[in-house]
Amino acid sequence: MIENLGPQLWVVLPELLLALGAMALLMLGAFRGQRTTGIVTGLAVVLLIVVGILVLRQPGGQAFGGSFIADSYARFLKILAIIGSVATLVMSAEFLSSPDRRIFEYAILVLLSTLGMLVLISAGDLITLYLGLELMSLALYVVAASHRDNVKSTEAGLKYFVLGALSSGMLLYGASLIYGFTGTVSFAGIAAAAKTGSVGIIFGLVFLFAGLCFKVSAVPFHMWTPDVYEGAPTPVTAFFASAPKVAALAVFARVALTAFPGITFQWQQIIVFVSIASMALGSFAAIGQTNIKRLMAYSSIGHMGFALVGLAAGTVEGAQGVLTYIAIYVAMTLGSFAVIMAIKRNGQSFEKISDFAGLSRTNPLLAFFFAMLLFSLAGIPPLAGFFAKWYVFVAAIKAGLFALSVIGVLTSVVGAYYYLLIVKTMYFDEPLATLDPVRVELRTVLAISGIFNILFFAYPGPLVSAAAAAAKSLF
Amino acid sequence: MTTWPILSVVTFLPIVGALLIYLVRGDDEAARRNARWIALWTTLITFAVSVLLVLRFDPNQTDFQFVEKSNWLAAGISYHMGVDGISLPFVILTTALMPFCIVASWKSVTNRLREYMMAFLILETLMVGTFSALDLVLFYLFFEGGLIPMFLIIGVWGGPRRVYASFKFFLYTLLGSVLMLLAIMALYWNAGTTDIPTLMHTAVPRSLQTWAWLAFFASFAVKMPMWPVHTWLPDAHVEAPTAGSVILAAILLKMGGYGFLRFSLPMFPLASHDFAPLVWTLSAIAIIYTSLVALMQEDIKKLIAYSSVAHMGFVTMGIFAGTMQGVAGGVFQMISHGIVSGALFLCVGVVYDRMHTREIAAYGGLVNRMPIYALVFMVFTMANVGLPGTSGFVGEFMTLLGTFKVSIPTAFFATFGVILSAGYALWLYRKVVFGALTKPSLASIKDLTLREGVILFPLVALTILFGVYPKPILDMSAASVQQLVNNYNTAVTAVKAAALLQ
Repeated sequence: MIENLGPQLWVVLPELLLALGAMALLMLGAFRGQRTTGIVTGLAVVLLIVVGILVLRQPGGQAFGGSFIADSYARFLKILAIIGSVATLVMSAEFLSSPDRRIFEYAILVLLSTLGMLVLISAGDLITLYLGLELMSLALYVVAASHRDNVKSTEAGLKYFVLGALSSGMLLYGASLIYGFTGTVSFAGIAAAAKTGSVGIIFGLVFLFAGLCFKVSAVPFHMWTPDVYEGAPTPVTAFFASAPKVAALAVFARVALTAFPGITFQWQQIIVFVSIASMALGSFAAIGQTNIKRLMAYSSIGHMGFALVGLAAGTVEGAQGVLTYIAIYVAMTLGSFAVIMAIKRNGQSFEKISDFAGLSRTNPLLAFFFAMLLFSLAGIPPLAGFFAKWYVFVAAIKAGLFALSVIGVLTSVVGAYYYLLIVKTMYFDEPLATLDPVRVELRTVLAISGIFNILFFAYPGPLVSAAAAAAKSLF
Repeated sequence: MTTWPILSVVTFLPIVGALLIYLVRGDDEAARRNARWIALWTTLITFAVSVLLVLRFDPNQTDFQFVEKSNWLAAGISYHMGVDGISLPFVILTTALMPFCIVASWKSVTNRLREYMMAFLILETLMVGTFSALDLVLFYLFFEGGLIPMFLIIGVWGGPRRVYASFKFFLYTLLGSVLMLLAIMALYWNAGTTDIPTLMHTAVPRSLQTWAWLAFFASFAVKMPMWPVHTWLPDAHVEAPTAGSVILAAILLKMGGYGFLRFSLPMFPLASHDFAPLVWTLSAIAIIYTSLVALMQEDIKKLIAYSSVAHMGFVTMGIFAGTMQGVAGGVFQMISHGIVSGALFLCVGVVYDRMHTREIAAYGGLVNRMPIYALVFMVFTMANVGLPGTSGFVGEFMTLLGTFKVSIPTAFFATFGVILSAGYALWLYRKVVFGALTKPSLASIKDLTLREGVILFPLVALTILFGVYPKPILDMSAASVQQLVNNYNTAVTAVKAAALLQ
């Protein structure tokens, strides 16, 4: 094993580089103090982009006896997670610019959490899975509390930590059961051993899935989401809603599809239930929200439900649907949070939905892009969100999950209601005072996400074929 | 024959106009004038190009013409456009009515004019696309995409209860359509493609036919709208601005009927045959019930909205009769209703712009001060009643004739609708136009301006022309309708014969 360490390290080169880079930046910050915040954040962005390019160029393969897998599935999702992280760091520029919040550790933590995500996405056994998951989560707990003097932010961090630790415990318990009953931790080994579902394996599977459901914030393990989303600083919320979701969903799909293909029928039932519950709760609970960040939390719960519809199918088409869904979801979410961060008047941020009133008069372009993103989140064609839903439901229909599909599309109509409420506030209501000039980084993120969202229908080929290729590498 | 993609040009030209309007900066009078003129010229040029379609259209051919096809989403889901004798009249109806809508909004809309014109132009693209898409996913894209601009048109420029009306419109229509989306997916896995011409010649298993028919029905029945899912229509009509009502009544409602003709009958003939009695019953109820409801209305727009539901009842009845007269009559009735109801809403807009009320009770004796208006309004009222000599008569007569051949009770009850429509339409006309002009607010009301005349007179001419000479529309659609009816009857008789053999 030692003699071919070189090629193996080559496979984990992007992760290695990210880890070393994060350490180097940490040193830079630690020795030069908080005034390096800007430089560290900038360098972190550069580092992430370099890592992204490396991931793209990577030939692929396995390392460490199959516990680390770099296939095109991993590549697709890693790129997505990196995009989410880069966008977060870019959008955090204003948050970090205020004198009492010059914390260079913020960028380091985002980098480390991204590293955790990359490991998680490539995980080929339960140990690597747990390693990646914990690295990602621990960094996230701290980032959630990064607005140190703010009660809500620290509360969010603590809440996330306590509940996250609980879920990690459940996941570990499930992993140990599975190990006990199959005698192996590698996904391929589990798949070979778990041809039929013995009670022990099913038991472990349930605990494992419970832990993963917590990370993707699927019902019934969603309770932390609204509080953490609301309490965390808005750029951090944007981060929570994008990159970690990608990684968690990636590993969820990989575990289900590669470790337990023999007992698909058994886990399918769990996913179908979780998916229906998430879609329903996400749609109905969001209606009563007045805070836009809480609303986005429920919206993300609902969207995870939709993504899980694709996983429930348990087929190549389903996996492709999940990948397409999460890619489009990340684009829509980042754009939406760019708008939410842009709602500032006299240097003061506003988070109530009523603060969007009449935005179409005062900031027509901003309102237009946000309206299109909201219609897209609701799944109205010809916007990108429609295609996301198309791919997951088309897989579910092929797999014969008719009840799930019907319930899914009906909840999407309920969901459309609250998205429309925001559009109504922006377009039909009387305007409030004008916003502060929107910062250039927010405008950039919003423009990219908005244009992607509107014009996706004209040229869907690249994303769709990349998702198809990535999905195939799982089977 | 053609080297340039004429159908795509017609479809996407309005979007180009919308982009041009976006480039117009400022909100002063000059900018508004520019926006108006750009919108008008865009719609006129689009109409001119669409006339080319008519000139080059070969009515004897049953295949789709002006076909364009290129790769799009995945294998089996392509960008496929084309028209036949059934869809071409709707494309022309859309492009022809749009300039009227723009001119009708010339003075009455001052608030956020640029966005208004852009919304209408984008809507035009989506409507033309709906009628010329030859791929189910593409069709769904255009069909549902139309909700967004219409939602904004009702919500931003509508009346006092616009928020309620726009939400109801959006959610109602969406709810119907998402089920259709699932059916589209099921068809995709059944045939491996969503190409409409291919699907028309693919046999669909009986059980899937039933479910898919119901899912498509959910969408089109709401859009049509059929009783009992019509309740969004009166609200949307009443609250929408004049041009929005015109588009709703004249074109958006036709998407439901077009959907039945394009999908339900050719793709699910057996299910259509099974469910035809249901559709007839609903249509007959719609015709009688909504006519009675129309008699009780106090709002002019609401009355016309309910009369639209009744007239659409004739259309669904005729389509599902599955006979040549019924289907051809359904197509004709839709085109005729597009012209007549659109014109009626324009007429309401004329007095609304002057008085800012739609209460029937607020009017009376208009003939004394507005003789030309009274004449124009009378022509459309008579067409709405279905008086011989107007286009309204031809459609109603043909659908009744076609239905009579297959279901005498349906035709019997539906005929009451003709009487009732005379009741409410003439009652409305008497209340608004005749009588003494006693209300002081009406004392200084002015007759049609030149602009309003320019909008209404061509529609008067068309109404009477198609009333006495319906041949152009009937000829255009004859070959396609004939083929549709033949295929439908072949499929149905084949199953009946098979059942007899067992």
